[in-house]
Amino acid sequence: MKRTRFALAVLALSTMVLTACGTADEPSTSTGTGGTKKVKLQLQWFVQGQFAGYIAAADQGFYQEQGLDVEILEGGVDIVPQTVLAQGQADFAIAWVPKALASREQGAEITNIGQIFQRSGTYQVSFASSNIKSPADLKGKKVGNWGFGNEFELFAAMTRAGLDPGKDVTLVQQQFDMQGLLRKDIDAAQAMSYNEYAQLLEAKDPATGQLYKPEAFTVLDWNNEGTAMLQDAVWANTSKLESDQSYQDTATKFLAASIKGWAYCRDNPEACRDLVVKRGSKLGASHQLWQVNEVNKLIWPSPAGAGMIDEAAWKATVDLSMTTKNADGQTVLTKAPEGLAYTNDYVQKALETLRSQNVDVNGSGFTPKTVTLTEGGA
Amino acid sequence: MNRRGRLVLGVLGAAVVGVLLWEGYKAVGDPDGTVLFGTRVLPRTDDAAMPHVWTILSRFGEPELAGGHPIWLVVLQACLFTLRSVAIGFVAGGLVGLLLAVLMQRLRVVERGLLPYVILSQTVPLIALAPVIAGWGGRLSIGTYPWQPWMSVTVIAMYLAFFPVAVGMLRGLQSPAPIAEELMRSYAAGWWQTLVKLRLPASTPYLFPALRLAAAAAVVGAVVGEISMGTRGGVGRLVIEYSREATTDPAKVFTAMIGAAALGLAVAGVVGLSEFLVGRRRVRA
Repeated sequence: MKRTRFALAVLALSTMVLTACGTADEPSTSTGTGGTKKVKLQLQWFVQGQFAGYIAAADQGFYQEQGLDVEILEGGVDIVPQTVLAQGQADFAIAWVPKALASREQGAEITNIGQIFQRSGTYQVSFASSNIKSPADLKGKKVGNWGFGNEFELFAAMTRAGLDPGKDVTLVQQQFDMQGLLRKDIDAAQAMSYNEYAQLLEAKDPATGQLYKPEAFTVLDWNNEGTAMLQDAVWANTSKLESDQSYQDTATKFLAASIKGWAYCRDNPEACRDLVVKRGSKLGASHQLWQVNEVNKLIWPSPAGAGMIDEAAWKATVDLSMTTKNADGQTVLTKAPEGLAYTNDYVQKALETLRSQNVDVNGSGFTPKTVTLTEGGA
Repeated sequence: MNRRGRLVLGVLGAAVVGVLLWEGYKAVGDPDGTVLFGTRVLPRTDDAAMPHVWTILSRFGEPELAGGHPIWLVVLQACLFTLRSVAIGFVAGGLVGLLLAVLMQRLRVVERGLLPYVILSQTVPLIALAPVIAGWGGRLSIGTYPWQPWMSVTVIAMYLAFFPVAVGMLRGLQSPAPIAEELMRSYAAGWWQTLVKLRLPASTPYLFPALRLAAAAAVVGAVVGEISMGTRGGVGRLVIEYSREATTDPAKVFTAMIGAAALGLAVAGVVGLSEFLVGRRRVRA
């Protein structure tokens, strides 16, 4: 009897505790204060120049102009943006196309609504003295890669050059820094043009006591090797896109404001650097300016208009995803994406809006800046 | 020498031994590390892999970024931020552990049914758990207060902290000799009275080691949770942010690691202090 009462008491207590944590699962269509719509954007990583356009759109009031109140959610080591989006924790997410398509194949209902980066920013960098001038020269070398789906352009290039990535090269798992390359643990290391490559140029060459010069390195740029895949894109929730009128409107408005943000960063890279630094990025100012400038190169010029998904580039990415085998013999995708994998409907509407506001969405006159890096990117 | 003096000497001694080991290995070790059969068994000793202790210490005094706050202030603030997750996670985890221990001690069937799950809970890798907990975060609220990212970190800290307390306290609550329990029964003491007058006092030798473990686990959980979820503001986030700069500024990441270690020591110190205070009160009583 006593035991039963005790057990009942425990049961009652735990129910109380559980109910105290209520759920606040507000539908994303709810309007916040001032009649603005709350929107959550999930980034792939911490705030940095890579996301300058969205930050500029938020801090320069471009989202507000469209009646949106955008909360920018930072990524983390184990945060997968497309999963966060598919689970309904965010309204939009930034993700690389091959990785997002892999999640799609596993059941994530997401759609690419805007291809912000028109070009790939991934390099394979080696010391010029290693004489790695083409993917075929990687044979017998120690080849660094980050794994987790960041390596497929490299593997596609090696496969195309007739190398078996599992046998003909030594694959090395890369860290977040570039010390592996600088100490020659790695002969050719993966590097994003806007981040790790800059880290190399911010490091001192022990032989000269000066910062490394670009001539010290050879860069394999996948855009030139023909194995580039589409990277940062805006992904949306497919089922909401198909059924929810208000979400469709939000998607158009979100894209319009984001592209306006990127156009602002194209014309004002220094201001965008300051906005990123103000958001609490821990990377130095010259590094951030480099990053904004390099990201601009990936977006501009955009002949069809920023954010437009180019059918040929999309097809190339999908084909590479289905044919390139990684070290375990797996391909990114086993079959062509089904359903609404991408759509230009919303970005087209967004571009019309921007053109009517006289925003330059093509950037045909874009010329990148020359950014001088300082030691450590300070 | 008195107790306090010995304690201070011990702490200083440990620090000196640590510095000597670091610098000693750096002085005699192969700069390129020691490689056996293609595997590096001893780390490199060059300045990029193992900066001098004084380089790291002086890095604390320099600004984090050009014109920014000095590193010591940034790391201290980050540690205080993480301390909130650690403290709440530790206290909540301790209470959950205590409750589970009492429950398992009270109902044998619960012990048999629950204990395997308690143990199982610790074999779930954090890397799998963290995104799930982060995922709940967007849906939950406490009353009307919306869920904050640091609360997800707190949950992970709690998840690691409850285990040693649950297991340790169960042992402690079961520790009184049968003769003592029989004495309580002969006084017609109820379950509650037996718990408060006999079992809880008898479990203190088990409680404090368990709490120490829980404190360390809470710190690890919070730091790893921050790294995993990228929660802004904490020392775990600093570790990952600074590690990205290891190419050009290798000493920086060590400052964050020292901060995380100091946080662990501070929390362990608080547990030690409370043990000391409880011990003194009991002696007086």
